[in-house]
Amino acid sequence: MIIFILLLLYTEIKQLIGKEIRLELKQKYVLNGILLYLVSTIFVTFLAFDRIISADTWNSLFWIILLFVAVNGISKSFVQESPARHLYYYTIASPQGILLSKILYNLLLMTILSVFSFIFFLLLMGNPVVNVPLFIIILVLGSLGLASVLTMVAAIASRASNNFSLMAILSFPVVLPLLGTLMKVSKSALTTTQWSGNYGYIFILLILNIIVVILAYLLFPYLWRD
Amino acid sequence: MFFKENWWKVLAAVLLIYSVIMGFVVDVPIMHPTYETLRNIFYHVGMWFAMFCSFIISFVYSLRYLKGFKEEEDIRSVEAVNVGIIFGVLGLLTGMIWAHFTWNFFWTNDPKLNGAAVGIIIYLAYLVLRGSMEETHKRAKVSAVYNIFAFVLLIVFVLILPRLQTSIHPGGKGEANPVLPMDLDAHMRFVFYPAMAGWILLSIWIWKLRVRIRQIGLKMEKEYYQES
Repeated sequence: MIIFILLLLYTEIKQLIGKEIRLELKQKYVLNGILLYLVSTIFVTFLAFDRIISADTWNSLFWIILLFVAVNGISKSFVQESPARHLYYYTIASPQGILLSKILYNLLLMTILSVFSFIFFLLLMGNPVVNVPLFIIILVLGSLGLASVLTMVAAIASRASNNFSLMAILSFPVVLPLLGTLMKVSKSALTTTQWSGNYGYIFILLILNIIVVILAYLLFPYLWRD
Repeated sequence: MFFKENWWKVLAAVLLIYSVIMGFVVDVPIMHPTYETLRNIFYHVGMWFAMFCSFIISFVYSLRYLKGFKEEEDIRSVEAVNVGIIFGVLGLLTGMIWAHFTWNFFWTNDPKLNGAAVGIIIYLAYLVLRGSMEETHKRAKVSAVYNIFAFVLLIVFVLILPRLQTSIHPGGKGEANPVLPMDLDAHMRFVFYPAMAGWILLSIWIWKLRVRIRQIGLKMEKEYYQES
């Protein structure tokens, strides 16, 4: 029985993600806007600092820029389609399917954005990363965390007045500990090749991600029913 | 009649007066760096407990609202958040004063302190969210969902994450937890547990008063609209 439900959910999610990707590729509105935002902010930081900056500064700038890019990109995810379209989705898809598909689509978006951001940072600000595999793991976990938290907050904010500042206010306190842990682990990825001290933090990041996704999964049907 | 309904309020007042007086009279173990300031434990920790109790109450009423959609429960949930935020801010202030005397700074980059501040900010964002919506039912539903989300995150950020990291605040990785009886001095136990009970009862008292004020306000509104 559970396998049957999971199979249904799987095909539903696959179709919904396909729909989101196709919509995005048609207009390229979000992707282009966010990439432009990313390039401009990294260029501004390049102009503001000399070429040689410390690993600390590189770390902080990278994550702050990624945070703002994430908030900008994901805030549009529930707002782009009209309420009539949402009503149509309500009749044909389950709320859990829609939520998981949006989280997975935003995860894809965040992964692409973080890879782009990393490449631009390398080009303009130099590469202080010493422990590359650890840094890649941090990028993936960070993208997952930011995507799931911000998707849930965007769902809540879209039911309210659709204000961007509301989305920012709601998302920052929830994202702060996640960001703090990410910054700590990536600082150690920039300075040493040792893996030993980081397992605790990686564990924390994983647990946070799992908790947020489970919470969103349980709570989204109540939001969706309007 | 008065005493039957309100015995717990009298108990709250008595317990708090007892804890204020005895808090300064009882013998405390003299340790570095707290020395005599250890007495603050009866008030600072008490306020955090009151805050947690209020947030648990608001969480329970949010869950009940999502089950039955009665406006009554939404009012109780919001007022519990209000009371909880007040006690949380007071807890932060008493903690800052204590930090100034023992560690010589008001605030620092520490997991527990950051977690506590983020917890309060999450609930302040809850109030902002409520303020942005006008329609009663939608506001109640969305804020109930956010309340559940915020409560679970509060537990994680304040209780779980700081215990996994080394911290200057008591209760970090591998440290003793002063709330449990085995880690607390025997003399202090006689003041600590009554003080906790007193602070929790005080927070419930304030919450009930606020709920009643809100309900009276609602009733007056309904009568006004029915007359006109």
